[in-house]
Amino acid sequence: MSERTTGQTAVPAADEHARVEKAAREAEPAASSWSRVLDSGAGRNLGLVAVLVLLAIVGVVTTDTFLTTANLLTVLTQASIIGVLTVGVTFVIIGGGIDLSVGKVMALASVWATTVATQSYGPVVMVLCALAVGLGAGLVNGLLIAYGRIVPFIVTLAMLISAQGLAERISGRRSQIVTDPVIAGIANTRLLGIPLLVYIFAAVVGVGWVVLNRTTFGRRTFAIGGNPEAARLAGLDVKRHTIGLYMVSGLCCGIAAIMIASLTTTGSSTHGTLYELDAIAAVIIGGTLLSGGRGTLIGSILGVLVFTTITNLFVLNNLATEVQNIAKGAIIVVAVLIQARAQRSSSTA
Amino acid sequence: MSDPTRGLHRRRFLTGALGVGAGAALTACTSNEPAGGGGGPAVAPAPAAGGSEPGTPVTIGFSAPAADHGWIAAIAQNAQAQAEQFPDVTFEAVNPTNDIAQQIAAVETLINRGVDALVILPNDGSQLTRVGRQAMDAGVAVINLDRIFDSPLAYRTWIGGDNYGMGVSAGHYIGTRLREAGVANPIIAEIAGIDSLPLTQERSRGFAEALATYGFAVGPRQAADFTAQGGQEVTANLLQASPRLDAVWNHDDDQGIGVLAAINQAGRNEFFMVGGAGSANAMREIQADTGVLKATVTYSPSMASSAVALARLVAQGRGMSDLAEQEVPASITLASATITKENVANYLPLGFES
Repeated sequence: MSERTTGQTAVPAADEHARVEKAAREAEPAASSWSRVLDSGAGRNLGLVAVLVLLAIVGVVTTDTFLTTANLLTVLTQASIIGVLTVGVTFVIIGGGIDLSVGKVMALASVWATTVATQSYGPVVMVLCALAVGLGAGLVNGLLIAYGRIVPFIVTLAMLISAQGLAERISGRRSQIVTDPVIAGIANTRLLGIPLLVYIFAAVVGVGWVVLNRTTFGRRTFAIGGNPEAARLAGLDVKRHTIGLYMVSGLCCGIAAIMIASLTTTGSSTHGTLYELDAIAAVIIGGTLLSGGRGTLIGSILGVLVFTTITNLFVLNNLATEVQNIAKGAIIVVAVLIQARAQRSSSTA
Repeated sequence: MSDPTRGLHRRRFLTGALGVGAGAALTACTSNEPAGGGGGPAVAPAPAAGGSEPGTPVTIGFSAPAADHGWIAAIAQNAQAQAEQFPDVTFEAVNPTNDIAQQIAAVETLINRGVDALVILPNDGSQLTRVGRQAMDAGVAVINLDRIFDSPLAYRTWIGGDNYGMGVSAGHYIGTRLREAGVANPIIAEIAGIDSLPLTQERSRGFAEALATYGFAVGPRQAADFTAQGGQEVTANLLQASPRLDAVWNHDDDQGIGVLAAINQAGRNEFFMVGGAGSANAMREIQADTGVLKATVTYSPSMASSAVALARLVAQGRGMSDLAEQEVPASITLASATITKENVANYLPLGFES
């Protein structure tokens, strides 16, 4: 799959596009066409693919179950929820922001969707509640950042804390068990042998990729993240776009909330604890600049897969928790080192 | 039994909802009052011992961690409910918190207010020992609930669960059942709570030592994090690692919701499972006997009710009338019972909703 990083396919007819591109280019010097191919496609994520292959080799050597279909589907299912959140976080970070609230907004949405009242109205209302909570939280984040001029770190940290509190208040700090058979059934449903959750994940990634790489919204995201002042001078409504970015992230939280409610059969304020850090780590090792303006969705998803595969390998090998934590830290550093090396070599090729 | 906390629960809930402003209307629409009742906290019956007849009016202060878990939520609700059963008790609960410094400050406030007795479930027994000592030195009787203080000088009476005993109960149940079934070399998995906590280490030690008496050992062992999400994730992976299992002990019934979800999603049922703590949902699951969950070993939050009852007796200078002693004992360790299909009906009223 090819992936552009700076929104450089021009639609020359549109004036605005040219301006947006100009702004985007300021974030990144133009590369030669050959290096752009390597830089934009698989070449860019080569490092992460290499890490995944290494992990797979370790899996095959140390266990006899790693390469079974059932296990690989388990890894993909585990990746799907954090993966959906990571799609939203990738948008926000490419747009020059940060979203620390995703894990707890997901928890709040799962709690809201699984209250006794909403469950008695059925699955459609539950899904709508989750999406509304996610979008609402994103809107509040966006408004405070764009118009309140508070830095995203603070706004989304505050959202994390208050979403946690609200989730605890609504749930009475209990796990709200999903009694609705439709929602509970999502995680048990398979199409062609593949869990439905994996399809949802794939669909979110697909839509996210198209929006990021093939639409004006995506191009503007790169432009604003690369240089917001230039983007503003080029005539973009940076404030409105910023709100949009946080709402994309919030929407992903809403989708993930339904997924986790189904997978764990509960809505709970304890869902998604530290997911924000996992998602941000996945985005960073996926090659997205924390300062914005440059990044890929596929890299982020590969980053998520690296994390989930590591967890799977640890449990398959029955490692103790403290060993897992030490190894996880080390592997993150190795992944970033390999990733950086692969990026350097691809851009000098 | 009518649920004495229902009204209060609703009031607090609505106050909170108003506090969130714009969200208030929506929150009220999604109120969590269960339609058919049954969601209230389990209230242990007032102990027959010690005289339920009114005594000197006393004020009991209460401080516990903030709940992120059904068990801790039940602790606070049980304490409150028990206090309301005594007309001679004024109950002063401070805001629950997971911050050590805040809990210390809260307990100091209660001491300064001049309560007669304190029930404290510390976030960390070691770190709250000093303030427990401070209360005792000030003449306030401290009932130390569950997580124990470092020094007996810091409490009048300790009451808590038996983590080691939980492991032993689970180990004996699994050992007996497997031996009866004639299983040689069984694969027994353990899904623990949080490995860094002493309570988890105690549970695991009891489990391993009980299994050893049958000549069995723990096979795959992984820690989740006491949450449904952690239970689901760890179990989904663990089931992949072990194509065949004979038995599973899961330390915690809250986490167990996720564990059971993962087992259902994987379509596995060749083994049986034992839970931990004794939540009402786990008990209903055992009663229905339709899944892998066949038993749970108790670590009951009813201990909070007992702690309040003890605090009252201590403050009133009374003993427990069924005992020969003039005073309340210095230490009470609850026994961990094994709940199975056969006796679940007796325990269901004590189960907490996770």
